[in-house]
Amino acid sequence: MRVEHLIPRLRAVCGKENVITDPLELRTYECDGLTSHRSIPALVVLPGTAAETAAIVKECAENGIPFVARGSGTGLSGGALPHEDGVLIVMSRMRKILEIDPVSRRAVIEPGVTNLSVSNAVQHLGLFYAPDPSSQVVCSVGGNVAENSGGAHCLKHGFTVHHVTGLQIVTPQGELTWLGDGTGTGAGSGDDYDLIGAFTGSEGTLGIVTKIIVKLTTTPQAVHTLLAAYATTAEGGKAVSDIIAAGILPAAIEMMDALSIHSAEAAVRCGYPEGAGAVLIVELDGPAAEVEAELATVRTICEKAGATEIRAADDPAQRARIWAGRKSAFAAVGRISPSFIVQDGVVPRTSLPAVLARIAELSKEAGIRVANVFHAGDGNLHPLVLYDDALPGEEAAAEVLSGAILDACLEQGGSITGEHGVGVDKARYMPKMFSADDLDTMQLLRCAFDPASLCNPGKIFPTPRLCGEVPGKHRPAPAGIEIF
Amino acid sequence: MVLPSSTEEAAEALRSAAERNLTVLPRGAGTGWGNPSGQVVVDMRKMDEVIEHAAGDLVARVQAGATMGHVAEVLAAAGQRLALDVPPEVTVGGMIATGTAGPLRFRYGSPRDLLLGITVVRPDGVVAHSGGKVVKNVAGYDLGKLFAGSRGTLGLITEATFRLHPLPQAVAYLQFDVADAAAAASVVVTAANSPLQPAAVELDGDSTVGVLLEGSAAGVAERAKHMTELLGMADVSATPPPWWGRLPEPPGTVIRVSFWLSKLSDVLDAIARSGADCTVRGSAGAGLLHVCLDDAEAGVLVGALRTVVADRGSVAVLTEPAIPTDPLMRAVRDQFDPDHRMGGRA
Repeated sequence: MRVEHLIPRLRAVCGKENVITDPLELRTYECDGLTSHRSIPALVVLPGTAAETAAIVKECAENGIPFVARGSGTGLSGGALPHEDGVLIVMSRMRKILEIDPVSRRAVIEPGVTNLSVSNAVQHLGLFYAPDPSSQVVCSVGGNVAENSGGAHCLKHGFTVHHVTGLQIVTPQGELTWLGDGTGTGAGSGDDYDLIGAFTGSEGTLGIVTKIIVKLTTTPQAVHTLLAAYATTAEGGKAVSDIIAAGILPAAIEMMDALSIHSAEAAVRCGYPEGAGAVLIVELDGPAAEVEAELATVRTICEKAGATEIRAADDPAQRARIWAGRKSAFAAVGRISPSFIVQDGVVPRTSLPAVLARIAELSKEAGIRVANVFHAGDGNLHPLVLYDDALPGEEAAAEVLSGAILDACLEQGGSITGEHGVGVDKARYMPKMFSADDLDTMQLLRCAFDPASLCNPGKIFPTPRLCGEVPGKHRPAPAGIEIF
Repeated sequence: MVLPSSTEEAAEALRSAAERNLTVLPRGAGTGWGNPSGQVVVDMRKMDEVIEHAAGDLVARVQAGATMGHVAEVLAAAGQRLALDVPPEVTVGGMIATGTAGPLRFRYGSPRDLLLGITVVRPDGVVAHSGGKVVKNVAGYDLGKLFAGSRGTLGLITEATFRLHPLPQAVAYLQFDVADAAAAASVVVTAANSPLQPAAVELDGDSTVGVLLEGSAAGVAERAKHMTELLGMADVSATPPPWWGRLPEPPGTVIRVSFWLSKLSDVLDAIARSGADCTVRGSAGAGLLHVCLDDAEAGVLVGALRTVVADRGSVAVLTEPAIPTDPLMRAVRDQFDPDHRMGGRA
């Protein structure tokens, strides 16, 4: 069946105004935050409830039409890239915070709720929602679940998967169901698989989230942010290793190199020490009785590693000033380059110096500048490969360099993506990181959820697995085997 | 009985069992419950090594048959730990497969939360990996989380890579004796939500609450002082009370009840109202209790607890693990183990 035939039925489900068919309006949705991949969806639907979402998916499933869910469209791997013959289901109308239970430190929210608004809604209760991707002002928690989003503070506080304790999803067959018991005590009860763990980070390929139970965290008594300037990233890296070796687990450890400092200065006048070859940002949070002592230790370590300047901040306004340069880093390189590619490779932290040296080498060989911004504490690099799309061949050369950087990460035993996801962008790199058997095994999970492969097809895996009938699949359970 | 000494040997054993259509039971230290059985028992105790401890990266790769006691010893040499305080005789594979965690789960979660990568052998003998050895990684599906708590029903775990934490310089166990269940619930809730950041908040019976603080020597002393100002007099010690982390065990039926913290006092109420003679203990601050009671009285309590926690928790009978009934879970199992040969389950 062609997708056009669904229009009257979807209008009946969601209302005429929430089914978009106008070609110009459809173009609005042709890409997410990764603008190098574009595809205009055949149809866009904006459900207002979980039941409407289920009804839309059911229509798609019954008619063999592919569908893709989209949150705020801030993803950086093309995870929400539409299917040209399919339906794009946009979750942004579902943005209610349904319940807040401060005693249990849980909130029940709809998937279109933006990340930062969760923290804003519970701040007066002395609570916050820990995962904090840089796009937190606009990105949706539903999208965060799909991508298992991290953020600067995941070094200590963990990723989205550590802060989601219940998920209501629409299965690719259009059924509404809950994953997890809402408590976050994990699987292990003996009659439960950890489907929340399997679903979170599955990049929209296993279903669509319609309600999320999130864990809230008690606001720390003290937060200290320290900025240290170095002549080189190697010196900054030494400080990072020494902090970890001292048994301190900061909330965040971030580093920027000279080029990214320069562009941040041009964009937001963050006032980082002039001429620094690297800036290290260390944030400590926790009980006041611990943080004060840790701060003194970290300061000493930073000095010993050769810091040319150290600044410390403990009030929110001062801390925000230190963070301003880092948080604007991606957008800021737009000031110094017409186009850029953001990479997301990860290496073991101790391999950071080696991989940074390799990136510098590759950059020099290719004659293409690379600005480095990275989560130094967890080895997650965001090299920004700068190029001019007006110059013939530069984009292709930048792509080649970008791939070579991922190869360098894999050589160190790392990963092709730390937080942005595989999406369409990195599917081709998956066979470099995983064997054919690994990928085949992962796709068993896909086949269990979505045997027809209609839910966000073409993402993550370079080659889809055919989910043939499996012997025993529909075998009815004989009576009396529930308990042994 | 097979005792593989490598993932390859384990894969060979599973391939050969698959060819003969035999049921397979992975076995660690044998400390689990329920007497599962298999025509082929794969005993993992020869795969007992810490393969790699990258101290600078706070990462360790270990074989599934290594005991947690051995792993702790190796990591402690570098002042580090795997923050899962289960009994030392438990094997890594057994811990992951059963999703077991100790009191530290309040702060660090369960095995799924610290797993970075996993190697498994599928029931058909194919070896597969997911994740990796870096702390931040979203490439591909996270099979480690799927296998955590799956009790051997999806395949055999042979290796795992974990995120580590520094060993704390100092610890303090605070024991609060409270008047009744309502007071116990109130102390648990206050401690669990305190910015003094306890590492564990445990309940023993209905009148003893234990709080663990970890950190620097000076920091822990000061936080312990603040905690007693907040909650009343406590017995403070650098060593755990004898009941700490020892979950109720058979004889009898062991029930696991998980709940939103706001339901704790109702849960304790329901247990008291049942009138059953039972042992109650667990990570109350994390929303989890284990109750052990006479088999004959268990059914009534399970029903009462299910009513109380409603859709804000769940109740399971640990001594009688059931196979997953949820259609999605059945579909997952059917994909991984279409012949239902794994894990000693029908």
